[in-house]
Amino acid sequence: MSLNFKHCVTVAIILLLLWSVVVTNAKTIDVCKLCDHTTIRSGVEFASSGDTITIHQGVYKENELIINKPLTLIGKKESILDGEKKGNILLIDANYVNIMGLTFINVGSSYTEDFAAIKLRKTKYCRIENNFLDNVFFGIVLEKSRQALIKGNQIKSNAKDEFNSGNGIHLWYCQNITIDSNALYNLRDGIYLEFVDSSTITRNISKNNLRYGLHFMFSNYDVYSNNLFQNNGAGVAVMFSKHIQMFQNTFTKNWGVASYGLLLKEINDAEISHNVFEENTIGINVEGTNRINYFANDFKSNGWAVKIHGGCYLNNFKQNNFLYNTFDISYNGKMNDNTFDNNYWSNYTGYDLNKDQIGDVPFRPVKLFSYVVNKTPETIILLRSLFIDLINVSEKVSPIFTPDNLIDNQPLMNIYRDKN
Amino acid sequence: MLKILKYSFYDLVRSRWSLIYFAFYITLGFVLLFLNNDISKSVITLMNIIIVLTPLIATLLGIMYYYNSREFIELLLAHPMKRSAIFIGQYLGLSISLSISLILGLGIPFLIYGVLISTVIFDFLTLILVGTFLNFIFVALAYNIALSNENKIKGFGYAILLWLFLAVIYDGLLLTLLVVFDDYPLEKTALMGSVLNPIDLSRILILLKLDISALMGYTGAIFKNFFGNSMGMLMAFAILLVWVVLPVGRIVQIAKRKDF
Repeated sequence: MSLNFKHCVTVAIILLLLWSVVVTNAKTIDVCKLCDHTTIRSGVEFASSGDTITIHQGVYKENELIINKPLTLIGKKESILDGEKKGNILLIDANYVNIMGLTFINVGSSYTEDFAAIKLRKTKYCRIENNFLDNVFFGIVLEKSRQALIKGNQIKSNAKDEFNSGNGIHLWYCQNITIDSNALYNLRDGIYLEFVDSSTITRNISKNNLRYGLHFMFSNYDVYSNNLFQNNGAGVAVMFSKHIQMFQNTFTKNWGVASYGLLLKEINDAEISHNVFEENTIGINVEGTNRINYFANDFKSNGWAVKIHGGCYLNNFKQNNFLYNTFDISYNGKMNDNTFDNNYWSNYTGYDLNKDQIGDVPFRPVKLFSYVVNKTPETIILLRSLFIDLINVSEKVSPIFTPDNLIDNQPLMNIYRDKN
Repeated sequence: MLKILKYSFYDLVRSRWSLIYFAFYITLGFVLLFLNNDISKSVITLMNIIIVLTPLIATLLGIMYYYNSREFIELLLAHPMKRSAIFIGQYLGLSISLSISLILGLGIPFLIYGVLISTVIFDFLTLILVGTFLNFIFVALAYNIALSNENKIKGFGYAILLWLFLAVIYDGLLLTLLVVFDDYPLEKTALMGSVLNPIDLSRILILLKLDISALMGYTGAIFKNFFGNSMGMLMAFAILLVWVVLPVGRIVQIAKRKDF
């Protein structure tokens, strides 16, 4: 008993000592027009590891400001860092750096360098939270960093052309990054990932971006869920990546000459489930993908719900809802071993005599007209004409041009909803 | 002319055919809305019906009405009045009564289901407007055929052929043309081809409002650019108007010289 008590006391004393060390060492530095430090740069230079710098209201003209020790920068109301269109604003070269509640404006643009508002280079455990970035070239750039958290930031720009605009959140050779609840508007790519593994992207809003809302290149084992992608050149592009999981995202109004909700190119082993694709020119554009499961997605009022080009193996469409799309599926190339079973098709006209909720007549999702439009795009002008309906019906009765094994053998009679 | 218009209009409004036509549309409207319960989806289904059935019914009734009222026309011709007044009066009477059947028949159910407060009010108005235009166009075409053919069977034959041509065969020919000359840039040809046919033109006008996402694709954007702005829209309606004016002009021409 006494031994235990002794132990407790020792532990308490050690803790108290540690705490006092932390308290005495970590100080808070204020930066404002009337403080000891009138620029952030002098505050950063004065600070030592673990300090907190509070930045008060005011416009601070800073660029190429390097942070090379663990610091916390906290912005009070209307604390603005103005880059004056000269290169980067903040460069972070240390671990455990926190940047919170600051406003960054006017990042310089360049054709050769990726100037950013906040750039992290070879860092670990950094947090970038609740910042507001406007008129940026690149917003937040992470290079060779790990375990970072990027949360609640709002990034805006006014991108006009792809070649001279930058990305909102740009990751290059990173691992274990969390990107959560950010809003990205009018950039080139909202979020861009290149060689990024084991990261999660959740609850972001990506709108009105020139190219893609979210862009994966050579990135593996990532998850993105509960994001909204609206009115981008294409909602999400996943290219040359493996093991990407895509859940509960919404892709809407990605309209345009070559616009997709989701663009898949050369990807393997992905899961795509519970997403909503609504009013896109093309819901999903698929090219050269293997072992992909499409499950419980809603395709609503798209021009083409799914457009599949060649070189696809083992893609399974199961329990998806295809609702009021102009074309449900457009298919090029060989059928291979892709399957389309147990989906709900609003265009299905079959019956269910034994009442097991599965249609007794198989459904052919590819219409002859979608085959014709693929070949000669101009014929789209004949959409919904009586003649087209007639040839569609005759093709349905005896398929000649459309792949005759592209069939849903067990179409659902009712819209699929998860039980839970 | 107004007297004749009034007479044939009242005559038609009280006739069985107008009532059947009206009843058909009102049932259609209610059934569609009852089954879909969603106004925007009903508008799509309705489009298919309007662009196919309205021209057919207008053509058939036009032909029938002329042949039925031939004796009455001969009686009128014996009176001192302008020939054009007789035919134009009858033509307008028929077109207007058909259009009223359409407008009321579809308007009442959609009004009850609240089209005014829904977002598709403009789509619906376009649909009704296009339907009215199709009535005027096809009654005029039917009158042309009837005036040129004394033989009733021949007249009916030509009328049905005309409808078949514009509603089905024309699209088939256009499709063949587009597919055969695949290697050439055909956007303009496709555009011209569809503008020249009133049924196609009506279809595209409605499509642009409903299937925007598909039409926004590769070539769709070109059509959207043409019809999407107010100039294109105006031009489309101007062409529909030409489709009314030309056949009516021909009615007047034939009526002047025709020997009864």
